[in-house]
Amino acid sequence: MTSTIDDSDKEKALSVSVDLNNDTSLLIDIPDALCERDKVKFTVHTKTTLSSFQKPDFSVPRQHEDFIWLHDALVETEDYAGLIIPPAPPKPDFESPREKMHKLGEGEATMTKEEYTKMKQELEAEYLAVFKKTVQVHEVFLQRLSSHPILSKDRNFQIFLEYDQDLSVRRKNAKETFGSFFKNMVKSADEVIISGIKEVDDFFEQEKTFLLDYSSKIKDSTARAEKMTRSHKNVADDYIHISSTLNSLSVDDNTALKKCKYKSVFLEGRVASDQELKLTELLRYYMRDIQAAKDLLYRRARTLADYENSNKALDKARLKSKAVAAAEEQQQQCLQRFNKLSESGKRELTSFKGRRVVAFRKNLIEMAELEIKHAKVGQTGDSLLIDILLSQLKVYLWMYFKAYL
Amino acid sequence: MDLSKKTFHWMMTQRICLQETACYTNAVTQEATEEVSLDSPEREPILSDGPSPAITPVTPTAMLTPRMGLGTAEMFERSLDEIEEDDSGDTFDMHIAVSDPEKVGDGMNAYMGYKVTTKTSMTIFSKNETTVRRRFSDFLGLHSKLASRYLHIGYIVPPAPEKSIVGMTKVKVGKEDLSSAEFVEKRRSALERYLMRTVKHPILLKDPDVMMFLESSELPRAVSTQALSGAGILRMVNKAADAVNKMTIKMNESDAWFEEKHQQFENLDLQLRKLHASVECLVCHRKELSVNTASFAKSAAMLGNSEDHTALSRALSQLAEVEEKIDQLHQDQAYADFYLFSELLGDYVRLITAVKGVFDHRMKTWSKWQDTQLLLQKKREAESKLQFANKPDKLQQAQDEIKEEIEELEGKVQQGEKDFELISKTIRKEVSRFEKERVKDFKVVIIKYLESLVQTQQQLIKYWEAFLPEAKAIA
Repeated sequence: MTSTIDDSDKEKALSVSVDLNNDTSLLIDIPDALCERDKVKFTVHTKTTLSSFQKPDFSVPRQHEDFIWLHDALVETEDYAGLIIPPAPPKPDFESPREKMHKLGEGEATMTKEEYTKMKQELEAEYLAVFKKTVQVHEVFLQRLSSHPILSKDRNFQIFLEYDQDLSVRRKNAKETFGSFFKNMVKSADEVIISGIKEVDDFFEQEKTFLLDYSSKIKDSTARAEKMTRSHKNVADDYIHISSTLNSLSVDDNTALKKCKYKSVFLEGRVASDQELKLTELLRYYMRDIQAAKDLLYRRARTLADYENSNKALDKARLKSKAVAAAEEQQQQCLQRFNKLSESGKRELTSFKGRRVVAFRKNLIEMAELEIKHAKVGQTGDSLLIDILLSQLKVYLWMYFKAYL
Repeated sequence: MDLSKKTFHWMMTQRICLQETACYTNAVTQEATEEVSLDSPEREPILSDGPSPAITPVTPTAMLTPRMGLGTAEMFERSLDEIEEDDSGDTFDMHIAVSDPEKVGDGMNAYMGYKVTTKTSMTIFSKNETTVRRRFSDFLGLHSKLASRYLHIGYIVPPAPEKSIVGMTKVKVGKEDLSSAEFVEKRRSALERYLMRTVKHPILLKDPDVMMFLESSELPRAVSTQALSGAGILRMVNKAADAVNKMTIKMNESDAWFEEKHQQFENLDLQLRKLHASVECLVCHRKELSVNTASFAKSAAMLGNSEDHTALSRALSQLAEVEEKIDQLHQDQAYADFYLFSELLGDYVRLITAVKGVFDHRMKTWSKWQDTQLLLQKKREAESKLQFANKPDKLQQAQDEIKEEIEELEGKVQQGEKDFELISKTIRKEVSRFEKERVKDFKVVIIKYLESLVQTQQQLIKYWEAFLPEAKAIA
């Protein structure tokens, strides 16, 4: 199954992350995407005024795995240890709608044609929503990179944007994959290391407490928001079943009723998906971003640990009066690294906070406005329907009454 | 086979009705009861003009055109009752309320007593307002009397609410929890609907048992309604026998109307059951939604607490509050889903069973008539055989006997035919009345339900509009 998005949909696709950088020297977007079975092919389009690129305007096809390669490459670059690397976009997950589609196909015999069509439409809308989401998330990843003063100049990033052949050759570096596996194993101990380190800097002390606490809370909120959205979708599905049964029930003159139920369905589905987009996605995105910030703290903690180790080594060397110079050198390096990380870390974390606040604000406002809009539409729709039904009922009863006499 | 499927369906309906539901506040119940029990003095001048079709439809139009929220439903209720005049000239002005459930006694002999208040201006009743106390078995007793009297001649007697051993045991044992409170509320509401449906039937209303039920302060205990009593067992045996009979009777239907209606009711039965199941699903999911919304609200509040940016923290707490209120809204909506929609559907599923029962009685009447006719034919043959027999001494006696029997049978055949025609006529009237009621009931309930939806949406708008400035204030 293939599906594409067009420009009008792009307008509506609102991003959960906001860039505070208004620099237009490097503009990236994903205008097009193709979904083939399990693979999604993104068309990454770059418009730039920078001389480091060969052309001012170009597009390349990329797969999800290419994005992951880029992310990992950035994470493993030593120089960027003091930066918050934007979280990698999650793998496109069409599992849920696909499973539902499968179940729908199995249950086709038990439903009326109309019910089946409506359910199918809803599922297709869900499928499309997942698709739009994944495009958005990949786009945001690239845009964060392009707006970062240091990361935007990264060589790998440039290759990603420009290289007009398949990147998979570069990707299949066995050593890298092994390295990242090891890294993941070690990362799971990061919480322990971060909280264990004695902090010398107030700023970082605060940030550490805040991030650890916030991270667990936001994980919790995300999970519950997801549950809530799922319930909403269930209610919408029920409305479909009910409206189709009402159709087959010839409760006199129920065209208006059919419209009513369908509208309720539509609205419930809309509310569910908007809530999903604004609230749940927001929480999900920031959950990952907070993890990235924690990674920064982790790396800094590592350098601090290294520094302390080098201090101990120096003391030992001094005691033994052996290889003192080397130990001193080592200690200096560690200190430098630590300071560099602390400095850039501070900058990053501050801008991260600003970004987060702005993004929350934007999404919360938009969600509230959408909820109001839907409720108003629903209200007028239902009121209209009540009037129609009332007048129908009057006429009907009058006719019956006459016949009765 | 078809029979077992039907029995299974019936049993499934019973089970669905026995399910427990979530808690709904009494306040909302009160509101619902009050709205329905409006007895406006304004109606009197309109009604006293006598039933005249020219006047009646015009007035509702004038009253209903300015649409304003729930007020319209009230006015609509009144105009509906105006239109409900029966052909006896006595206008239908009656309202029954079942309220104040109170536990009487203790232990396994305890029961729930309900207050039944009848307000009416009809002349056949001795007082304008009567209050009596009744228990559940009294209602069942009333129904069984009416059923035995009217069902077999073709009247659709509204079925009484079902017994629930599980539910009642909880109440008896004294479990003062949510589910037993809901059970009592569900039963109270069902009893009220049952009584209203019964009295709306012009024939049943005038039945002396009904009047005694509504008016007399003491009622003889209806013992035969107990499940394990002799009468109860007899009922079960009869039901089984009926089921077997239905399979064996092959009626050649001469009247296309009956054929059509029978089919129609079969379809309706299926559809209503399906709809009932869907609505119950909806109630379930909406309750789930409310639970999930509440849990999200809590976690959003905690998130707001740990957020160090003050304005954002405040906004998140506000969001948590909004979601909490929305959760309450969802609960109320689920309540409306249930009480308005689901219970109505359950009532109609049972009513249709009664309708089908009436059709079956007609079949039985026909069958009896046919059997009597067959017997008559046999006797006639026996008579003519006798004439060629060779026993002159016994001949006269035997001939006289047979002549008597034949006369008797001829009378019976005539009666059988009359019975059959009568029941057919009654059923036609009943079915058309039933259809009228059904459409009205459904439309009214759907309108009420839509109004509850509209209210919910209004509330949603209010909440989100209050939240918006908080979100905008994040700096």
